[in-house]
Amino acid sequence: MTLVNEPVNRAENRKKYCRFKKNGIQYIDYKDANFLLKFVNEQGKILPRRLTGTSLKFQRKVAQAVKRARHLSLLPYVTDSLK
Amino acid sequence: MELKNYETVFILTPVLSDTQMKDTVEKFKQLLKDNGAKFVNEENWGLKKLAYPIQHKTTGFYQLFEYQAKPSFINTLEIEFRRDEKVMRFLTTVLDKHALEYNKKRMKGEFNKKDKEEVKA
Repeated sequence: MTLVNEPVNRAENRKKYCRFKKNGIQYIDYKDANFLLKFVNEQGKILPRRLTGTSLKFQRKVAQAVKRARHLSLLPYVTDSLK
Repeated sequence: MELKNYETVFILTPVLSDTQMKDTVEKFKQLLKDNGAKFVNEENWGLKKLAYPIQHKTTGFYQLFEYQAKPSFINTLEIEFRRDEKVMRFLTTVLDKHALEYNKKRMKGEFNKKDKEEVKA
């Protein structure tokens, strides 16, 4: 039997987690542009931690990797339609 | 002085012919050897499209070197990169222990690139 007034707590079911900690990834490769695409938005900006759930330790590494990829023209600095 | 692990990626201008490109790569490889660097790995990614134009070019030859060298050598290498107008961009990074492990796996069989592309396709 379902309880009518029970709140549907979606946020609790889908808790954010750091994918690097969970999967045991220790090195983020700046040469792998396809992977880095997960951490930038359509304009090529780095997504904040509050959206991706990445821990601070790995957010710093992600940011460093994205910036290196931009320097080598593997990712754009600015764009309108990345995805 | 102790040797450290480095990795350098550089982009050559697409104006070059295939042999010119290989000569340039060979030149830098020779420079590494002359300065007592230990060569670990190299990768040629070929002609790739750039994410944004550099010097009004939209493509470039990507080349990767992995090696062990003295820290003082990096300066010489980068000066040489700046002098050579065929080099459009370069990036040298120090490899930490995690990076070394990752690169070993990468050398064995390009595990990342192919797997991911297959998943996406």
